[in-house]
Amino acid sequence: MTDTAPVPGPPPPTGPAPATRTRTGPRRFVAPALMVGPVVFFAVFFGYPVTAIVARGLRPDGEWELGHVGEVLADEGIRQVLWFTTWQAAASTALTLLLALPGAYVLARFRFPGKRLLRAVVTVPFVLPTVVVGAAFLGLIGRGGLLDDLWGLRLDTTVWAILLAHVFFNYAVVVRTVGGLWSQLDPRQEEAARLLGAGAFGAWRRVTLPALLPALAAAALMVFLFTFTSFGVVQILGGPGYATLEVEIYRQTAQLLDLPTAAVLTLLQFAAVAAMLGVHGWTVHRRESALRLVDAAATDRPPRGAGERLLLGGVLLSVAALVLLPLGVLIERSLRVPDGYGFAHYRALATTDTGTFVVPPLEAVGNSLRIAAVATLIALLVGGLAAAALTRGAGRLVRGFDAMLMLPLGTSAVTVGFGFLIALDTPPLDLRSSWLLVPLAQALVGVPFVIRVMLPVLRAVDDRLRQAAATLGASPLRAWWEVDLPLVRRALVLAAGFAFAVSLGEFGATVFIARPDEPTLPVAIARLLGRAGEANYGQAMALSTVLMLVCAATLLALERIRPARSGEF
Amino acid sequence: MTKTTVPSSGPVPGAMLRLEALTVRYGGRPVVDAVDLAVDAGETVCVLGPSGSGKSTLLRAVAGLAAPDGGRVLLGGRDQEGIPPHRRGVGLMFQDHQLFPQHDVAANVGFGLRVRGTGREERGERVARLLDMVGLVGAERRAVTALSGGEQQRVALARALAPGPRLLMLDEPLGQLDRGLRERLVVELRSLFRRLGTTVLAVTHDQGEAFALADRVVVMRDGRVEQTGSPVDVWSRPVSEFVARFLGFSNVVPATLTGTTAQCAWGAVEVAEDAPDGPVGLLVRPGGVRLSEPLAGHDAPASGEHTAQPGGAADTTAGRDALPGLGCVVKGRTFRGDHVVLHLDPERGPDLEATCSLRAAPAEGAVVRVRFDPEETVLLPPTG
Repeated sequence: MTDTAPVPGPPPPTGPAPATRTRTGPRRFVAPALMVGPVVFFAVFFGYPVTAIVARGLRPDGEWELGHVGEVLADEGIRQVLWFTTWQAAASTALTLLLALPGAYVLARFRFPGKRLLRAVVTVPFVLPTVVVGAAFLGLIGRGGLLDDLWGLRLDTTVWAILLAHVFFNYAVVVRTVGGLWSQLDPRQEEAARLLGAGAFGAWRRVTLPALLPALAAAALMVFLFTFTSFGVVQILGGPGYATLEVEIYRQTAQLLDLPTAAVLTLLQFAAVAAMLGVHGWTVHRRESALRLVDAAATDRPPRGAGERLLLGGVLLSVAALVLLPLGVLIERSLRVPDGYGFAHYRALATTDTGTFVVPPLEAVGNSLRIAAVATLIALLVGGLAAAALTRGAGRLVRGFDAMLMLPLGTSAVTVGFGFLIALDTPPLDLRSSWLLVPLAQALVGVPFVIRVMLPVLRAVDDRLRQAAATLGASPLRAWWEVDLPLVRRALVLAAGFAFAVSLGEFGATVFIARPDEPTLPVAIARLLGRAGEANYGQAMALSTVLMLVCAATLLALERIRPARSGEF
Repeated sequence: MTKTTVPSSGPVPGAMLRLEALTVRYGGRPVVDAVDLAVDAGETVCVLGPSGSGKSTLLRAVAGLAAPDGGRVLLGGRDQEGIPPHRRGVGLMFQDHQLFPQHDVAANVGFGLRVRGTGREERGERVARLLDMVGLVGAERRAVTALSGGEQQRVALARALAPGPRLLMLDEPLGQLDRGLRERLVVELRSLFRRLGTTVLAVTHDQGEAFALADRVVVMRDGRVEQTGSPVDVWSRPVSEFVARFLGFSNVVPATLTGTTAQCAWGAVEVAEDAPDGPVGLLVRPGGVRLSEPLAGHDAPASGEHTAQPGGAADTTAGRDALPGLGCVVKGRTFRGDHVVLHLDPERGPDLEATCSLRAAPAEGAVVRVRFDPEETVLLPPTG
């Protein structure tokens, strides 16, 4: 492709700068320009701290000690950890998809009373700190738990406890990611397939499934990543017999202070996550399918017939058993006081009497909300820019960028938190005493969510709409503002909700960097759980309940915010 | 007979749009191949061609949505290279409208004004005026998704016109509408563009649409301009077999010209044109295929215009074998409202099409004799 054409006649008098005379014109530079912000953000707040801590492990005295890598990899125990980490993640992902896909379908296609509540309810577990979930499941299936009381059934220290807790956690990922897109697919597509002779399942498989596949793959990838790097759940429910890489890294870092081994394991996890993302990129292959999205409100209908009612009932039942029961046990424990039930634990939260905190634990609510709000803003900004870049660009550079943005999900939070501490403590990046440190760390986890939620919807926006805007005189920025934004507003709200929720629940990194006088809710809960005594346990349960309610309230509010013109979406 | 690849209709310094050797390639293949074209201010030019002839790409290159690989696009005399679409001041009506689903009718039509910072009040007035013009009075608050195809078309037109583009481009403007609506709209569009003095570049694959709309027609083939001219010009004097066939003429055969007689598969055909002897292509318009005599026993309408030829009466009296002309079996008849198209299978040579009046149409299976009217023949360049 030539830049300038051999045009006969006089040359153009006032030609623009040569840089714009390329084949694709200025558009070629749009994607890289949008990528600058996110890349800098990730370099400074992810690449730098993680590199710093890994280097500290592998170069303790300024000398590379790479021999240690081989030692660690040859270790039989480490190999077992690696194997367990992988297969439990695969099993958890399969189980989650199996149980949550009917839920996604029901929430996408059926209209029934309490639907909004149901959607919020299944999302609550996702934002609960792992320690709380661990505790809740212990209360359900552990020693002296509900099932133990009733039938003498105990599942703790078995792998089933881990798998169930993972399903509990990630149910919302599938429901939200897959169901969100599903509810915007035009049901008439399936109807058309039916009229062409496809059976109900055949129509779904040939029409809906291919459209859902990118979202499905994204959801499966997320669940696999979360469960692959699972930490709190495995540590609490698995007992000493089971450890994931993440648990092992924590053990090596915080308990054994074996930074070299932790560094090797961190790199190992990195490699595994990178491989996963590679496989993901290869399978999904980024087909830019311009789906015809319709208003979600127009696609649902009351369930018809016994089969559909049965399906709805089954979903409600499974949600009750999987999600409500553990949460119910959590609440029950928070109200249980030595002489029956009462609010003593909640009252204690407003005081500093227990001596665990310098401030009343209830202040953690305000801290958490404020920090999560800032983290959400950062995540939306960085993630939004990144998603916009990913929509516009293609090719190797952009795909690598896409994978890079997913890395924080697969990186040990312990590594990130510890890395923040040792890396961001010297000018000009001395953020140790800045309140921004915590939101920055939390935003890191929020960004991948923002991207995953925004990308399918942004990609589904017909490029010709932007072109129409351009021929009407709208600059690219203006076209984005006028065309993309209104179409993706719903997804943006959803992304904000996700980012806010994961920020609220983030624990692994926050626990390292939160200031003692400004604990977040998960940190405060963990501190209470770490103390012995019924009172502390009760207060932890009470504070967990508070966190749960805050999350539920936030999510319900988000469910209510709908774009003004959604009827035309 | 030479192919007229007229660069433009003479030197037009005032041409609103001027393409100079414009070339656009997709994957190395030229989709628009060294096209020269000029559109004067106030003129309506229609690019006509089958799908894949590069006409849509031509529009996209002018709009700045596709980057040329060679040549220049000049708007109002200024080279547009490097100028992004939103600064070119051209309007494009997309084939499938591409109305903004999240905006109502008024917001769609007023979009171009809004991004230019036109005030709310003025915008409202102009939107109302435009909607009035396209026949959608009071539709401001309606959702575009609830509009019928014809209404969407009108909104798309109003939206493209609103910012007062110096050049309005239409991509298959009426392609998706049913015929009645299309025919009505084409007339409306033409008078509207006349009234507004809009400069229009339209592309279509529908010759009827092109001829009804355009002051000038440009026929494209494989990215190249095959013929340019007024609708009447192009219609009456297609310059190549491609153009002739694309316009719907199927009576085209290779022939050898000697004087004014073309020897072809149908026999010797007299032509009215003067051209050097040698190989040519011969087109006989359906209207120039004159029916002489159906079989005895069929009513031979002497009043029919097609049979009222000199010699027609003589033919009927003579024996069949001695009749001049070409014997044909009527294979089929297609009614076209006021006339009938006959599909004829001649005793020699490829199939023929002839038109005749409804009343004069012979039945299917009838045997007729045809003669060719020299005035209705066109000599084309020899076909490869």
